[in-house]
Amino acid sequence: MSETSNHAGSRLDPEPIPRRDFLGLSSLGAMCASLIFAGVGIFRLPKAAVLSSPSKKFKVALPESLPAGQGFTPPGRSVALFRDEEGVYAISLVCTHLGCIVKSAPEGFECPCHGSRFAADGAVAKGPAPRALPWLQVSGAGVEYLVDEDATVPPGTKVKA
Amino acid sequence: MSNETPPKSALREFLGNLVSAPGRIYRAAFRTGTPTTDRTRSNFIFQNVFLHLHAVRTHRWSLRWSTTMGLGIAALAAFLITLVTGILLMCYYKPSPEDAYNSIKDIHFIVPTGRFIRNIHRWAANIMVITVILHMARVFFTAAYRKPREFNWLIGMGLLVTTLGLSFTGYLLPWDQLAYWAITIGANIAQSPREVTDALNITASFDPGGMQRQLLLGSDVVGEEALIRFNLLHVMVLPLLLSALLAVHFWRIRKDGGLTRPEDADKLLGPPPADTYPVFTEAPQKTYHLAAIVRGRTPAVNQAPENTIPSMPHLFYAELGVFMLTVLVCVGLAMFLNAPLKELANPSVPENPAKAPWYFLGLQELVSFSAFMGGTGIPAIVLIGLGLIPFLDREQRGTGEWFGGPGGWPLVKQAIAVGSAATLLVETIAIRFGWLREWFPHIPQLVITFVNPGTIIASIYAVYSIWLVKRYNSARAGALGLFTCFLCGFLILTAIGTYFRGPNWDFYWSPAQWPKH
Ligand code: HEM
Ligand code: FES
Repeated sequence: MSETSNHAGSRLDPEPIPRRDFLGLSSLGAMCASLIFAGVGIFRLPKAAVLSSPSKKFKVALPESLPAGQGFTPPGRSVALFRDEEGVYAISLVCTHLGCIVKSAPEGFECPCHGSRFAADGAVAKGPAPRALPWLQVSGAGVEYLVDEDATVPPGTKVKA
Repeated sequence: MSNETPPKSALREFLGNLVSAPGRIYRAAFRTGTPTTDRTRSNFIFQNVFLHLHAVRTHRWSLRWSTTMGLGIAALAAFLITLVTGILLMCYYKPSPEDAYNSIKDIHFIVPTGRFIRNIHRWAANIMVITVILHMARVFFTAAYRKPREFNWLIGMGLLVTTLGLSFTGYLLPWDQLAYWAITIGANIAQSPREVTDALNITASFDPGGMQRQLLLGSDVVGEEALIRFNLLHVMVLPLLLSALLAVHFWRIRKDGGLTRPEDADKLLGPPPADTYPVFTEAPQKTYHLAAIVRGRTPAVNQAPENTIPSMPHLFYAELGVFMLTVLVCVGLAMFLNAPLKELANPSVPENPAKAPWYFLGLQELVSFSAFMGGTGIPAIVLIGLGLIPFLDREQRGTGEWFGGPGGWPLVKQAIAVGSAATLLVETIAIRFGWLREWFPHIPQLVITFVNPGTIIASIYAVYSIWLVKRYNSARAGALGLFTCFLCGFLILTAIGTYFRGPNWDFYWSPAQWPKH
């Protein structure tokens, strides 16, 4: 430094990082950082915190006579409720592939959109669906039940009728 | 302020000005006079903010039909048509789930000329997609992406994605069954990275898929929020973005020295034919002199200007011709073929089959094997691959020539055969015998995600192109092979998705065989 300091400021042999450049670079850096911060922050607004979709919990009264293995779908919901000797259970009808609504078929469910097939317990029988249809939480007893579409339970979970 | 000339009556001067006002207004608007001389032809262009995107003189190579086939201008024309008809449709369209469907119905059945305008909008949008893809193919096959046009190729990629985005967002707006289910599937494709995060069991902490979907829909279902967002993107964000990209695209063409042409274009063309009028109204005494600030290859640098001709009229008349032809095709189709409108959207009964817009049906075919690979993985690989082309092929041979470069047309023919055969073979196996899930019901999903018809077809293409690079010792040969293969794959998969897939996405030889319900 002692040798070059004679020339400091000379155009021919400038200091490695002059102070002015350092300050300039740091403010440039600060500007970039704040722009990136603002850019990411902008997405805070369109990312909804409260979802406008209808409540995922609903009450349903099962019809008196529901043969074992036959599903009951409350109007406007994409859930099938079943009742057999062991109890009542609910399986989601939203295809795990890309979200179409599956239809019941002789051996379980089939999806109209890309041909996925599911067994009666929701397990995948034919692609492209990557996962089984989830079983949903059911509570209550007697005729009226509460189904929560957001809460899944392990397949085979049934509530005593 | 001298006293010699007597002051004119201000009133008479006023009246005189009033009388000559129409003529003056005309001359203010048409400042440059009739373009009949070199000078007025030049002024015609650079006194006008829109026209001055063009050079004053255009090389004859750029005007050859086979150089561009007018595809870029046709894409631009289609875009302008959608702008005009789109504004008209917005007079009546109401972006809310309660009203959207009925407002489209009103437009279609009640509003005077409503159906016609809606049809033109639909057709122009489709034609825009087709011409953009063909335009990209022509740029690729004439090797017009090479230095110094790499950046414009990247801008072009942006234009491609924006064009597809415009079409896709428009698809939801009618809020009919077709729209609703196509967008449900599309939004879930945005969520498809979950297929991988689920398989790795990290979705709870790291969920880019769910995040994308939620940003797109503003909710967890396709509903009011989604419609508002798609409308916002469709009528404002994407058109503005496209316009900005177009401005850069056209400006780059100017700055890159006009369109690509072969090194020896002048020799290939020879002198202008005798009936070319005008070439010059007054032959120049000197060669053109350009200011030192102009860098690179503007039409007249480093060479005699013999093979350039005035843009007015030669280029403008050609552009107007393409423009009128595009309008004619859109209007003609719109007279006879109606834009579809199905029943009102019903969130509990999917349309069967639920098909996306036709240009996404190739992807939908791949999605029917793996949501992530078909919807995210392979499109990302294709886009990255396309973007890299100008940076990997730094060769010079064949620039500006159709199928230029080592191998040429015979190589492209071979690639068509290889690409089509590979696609058809893999598809046949998958359609005839099913895929891994049917053979091994308990196979882990990750295996299917990485080994499915889509990835296998892509790998065959990749291996073939690497072989081409070695065989011809040229990156361009590999690029030619790969691009041709992808084009074939796109066409075949789109055709399968469009014509041979029916209810439950099952294979049918013709829609006549679809089961009735
Ligand atoms: C909305 C979409 C687009 C429009 C309106 C458009 C318009 C144009 C026009 C008018 C030209 C002049 C020459 C011609 O007509 O071929 C051009 C050239 C060019 N375009 Fe596009 N384009 C679009 C998309 C694309 C895409 C998707 C790509 C490639 C990925 C691309 C890459 C290029 C390149 C590299 C050139 C220069 C070609 C040369 O120098 O010969 N463009 N574009
Ligand atoms: S959405 Fe069910 S198979 Fe694709």
